[in-house]
Amino acid sequence: MRVVSTAPTRQRLIDWGQEEWAAFRRGLIKILVVTNLVLGAYYLLWRGTASLNWDAWLFALALFAAELYSYTSSFLFGVTVFRLRERGEPPPAPAGLRVDVYITCYNEPVELVRKTVRAAVAIRYPHQTYLLDDGDNPAMRAMACEEGCGYITRSAVWKGFDRHAKAGNLMNALEQTTGDFILILDADQVPLPQILDRTLGYFNDPRVAFVQTPQYFINVPPGDPFGSQAPLFYGPIQQGKDGWNAAFFCGSNAVLRREALARTGIHFFVRDVERRIRRALREADTVIRRAQRKLMRTERQQIAPALRALCRAVSDARRELDRGDTFQEVTERFQRRVEEAARMVVAADLQQIMADLAEIQAAEAAEIMRSLHDEAVLAELARRDRSPLAAIETVRQLVPLLVNEAMDYLPISTISVTEDMSTSMRLHATGWRSVYHDEILAHGLAPEDLRSALQQRLRWAQGTIQVFLRENPLLLPGLSIGQRIAYLDTMWSYFSGVPTVIYLIAPVLFLMFGLLPVNALSAEFFWRLTPYLLVNQLLFAVISWGRPTWRGQQYSLALFPLWIKAVVTAAANVWFGKKLGFIVTPKTRQAGRYLGLVRWQLLMMVLLTVAIGVGLAQLALGWRSDGLPVLVNVFWAVYDLVMLSVVIDAALYQPPEEQ
Amino acid sequence: MEIIINPAGEHAAVVQLRGRLDLLVASEVKQRLAKAVQEGFRLLVIDMSDVSFVDSSGLGALIGGLKAARMAGGDLRLASVGAQAMAMLELTTLNRVLRPYPNVAEALQAG
Repeated sequence: MRVVSTAPTRQRLIDWGQEEWAAFRRGLIKILVVTNLVLGAYYLLWRGTASLNWDAWLFALALFAAELYSYTSSFLFGVTVFRLRERGEPPPAPAGLRVDVYITCYNEPVELVRKTVRAAVAIRYPHQTYLLDDGDNPAMRAMACEEGCGYITRSAVWKGFDRHAKAGNLMNALEQTTGDFILILDADQVPLPQILDRTLGYFNDPRVAFVQTPQYFINVPPGDPFGSQAPLFYGPIQQGKDGWNAAFFCGSNAVLRREALARTGIHFFVRDVERRIRRALREADTVIRRAQRKLMRTERQQIAPALRALCRAVSDARRELDRGDTFQEVTERFQRRVEEAARMVVAADLQQIMADLAEIQAAEAAEIMRSLHDEAVLAELARRDRSPLAAIETVRQLVPLLVNEAMDYLPISTISVTEDMSTSMRLHATGWRSVYHDEILAHGLAPEDLRSALQQRLRWAQGTIQVFLRENPLLLPGLSIGQRIAYLDTMWSYFSGVPTVIYLIAPVLFLMFGLLPVNALSAEFFWRLTPYLLVNQLLFAVISWGRPTWRGQQYSLALFPLWIKAVVTAAANVWFGKKLGFIVTPKTRQAGRYLGLVRWQLLMMVLLTVAIGVGLAQLALGWRSDGLPVLVNVFWAVYDLVMLSVVIDAALYQPPEEQ
Repeated sequence: MEIIINPAGEHAAVVQLRGRLDLLVASEVKQRLAKAVQEGFRLLVIDMSDVSFVDSSGLGALIGGLKAARMAGGDLRLASVGAQAMAMLELTTLNRVLRPYPNVAEALQAG
């Protein structure tokens, strides 16, 4: 059922086997990546220094910025695929491993999940199968029982706490089963019987944390109207990341080592405790400095030395944290020094203290405690007006809260709705290895209508941006440079919305208003740009190597409104605590036509069509004489229309009636 | 794994663990520690001298106990930590949160 093999044999031309062709392809990719970057630099240096049309400076700079974005994309993509790793046959699975198979479900139809459960129970390698039902559905429980499959729902400890969606569902099950290795399957990913035999062998290397296999969908109609298949991602991109030991865990069709999850979870638990202490210290610092500024002359003599002592205590505590002292030592020492400072003031004016203490209610302590999770609230608290004495008391109350961090460790990351990507990045940051095994070992179901498909795409994009903002791969300690680039490559691609709008608007602005972002479409422009574009396409073709990628290219351009929405909502979520509006992807087809979902694309297509008409008409009527630029822009606009047209097909798509 | 909980004062208890502290017993250990806190033992001292092996899930159970104790205004402390367990604490950097004490008596008296 594989659409393409990784390396077609072409023995008619040269007597090379698969191995030789694969090696040839990998070498060719390296050469093309470098050539592409050199040609791109050659073009963009000239674009930036000699070609910008300053009469239309805003437009010119915007387009140039979009081109820089694209160049950065091809740099990141080029580095990612530079060390493409094709693993071939996996090592044989050792006997006797303790393996759990988890099937996660929420609200899917019972009969759909039954297929997955039945296939999971039938997996050849000895294992325990569990259905993780976050919907707590009695019918689902009955079905699991009929199929001889374990059934797990949330335990009582989750009551009243954040459920963390799928991440929470998995962690709840990890507490209740005892397998050393966990195969995770979405409810609609039907595994093949050999899935464990083909993946467990990689764990012979004790540093390997997980093995990811492709997600492949069998219900995709001809032409893949919704762009569900991801042959480029589950192929060259993952293989490229694998070459940097940065393959992504994608939430399903992957086997994980429990010890790796637990160890990394603890590691990040410790980091989180430290981060909270540092945050509290920072706010203490703010409180003290505000108090220092507010000191009245009469108070200066008594209170200023105490505030100075507090300042020193904060900076010493920071230094001790840097040094790697235990948190208890740091906080105890800090507490002692705060008490000393408080005593200095007590000696100065007992009565004033009593008055000020009344100002601070126990409620504030609780507020500070809560605010340790919430950046905005904490900052507000620190800015609140207080007398200098009250400030000292506030800092004093902070300390016991630092020590009383009541948290649990989380084997699955919860910083993002794409817990899978975040978890794999954390595993990589703590030194674990990963494997991408490019063999279809499960048959999945993709969304069958545009709304569901778009929701799924939006969720991935939002989750990725959340990780980018919360745990940026460029800053996360422990990652290698290649891993940083491999993660950034995927994240960067989700910022394409605004650059795409600029590319789409550019021909419209020229054809309708004569605005040209470059000072002339000279010969130099073409011989600098054309080789860059050609090599770019050639590189893409060699990387794809016969896999169908056209649909994916169309969607990455055509979904520009979705990408913009994802960035805006994820940023609002991370910075201002706004809700993402997260929805579980429906597994049943939603009825209806969806032109309303693609209104921005339709608007853009109307603009482009009008612009083409205007440009050509003016040329035909002899109102303008710039024939070459018009033709170039018409060509550009037609290309945009072809790319955008994919969403119209998808919106109007009517699935064949089922029996 | 054997779990023996001996009161050591009104609010303190010494928890003696014997055997492997690994994923097979992690849930049970976590529950027993939480139960001890519920019964009023805010300060739990874990006597690790007879623990032959610790994995990360086992450490996770101790973190669960720490959380329960801290929420009750108490603490969880490790005493007599062996070489393998110490290596795990260092590997996960958990020793920055759970500072090991040389023996049970010192752990009970500290702070």
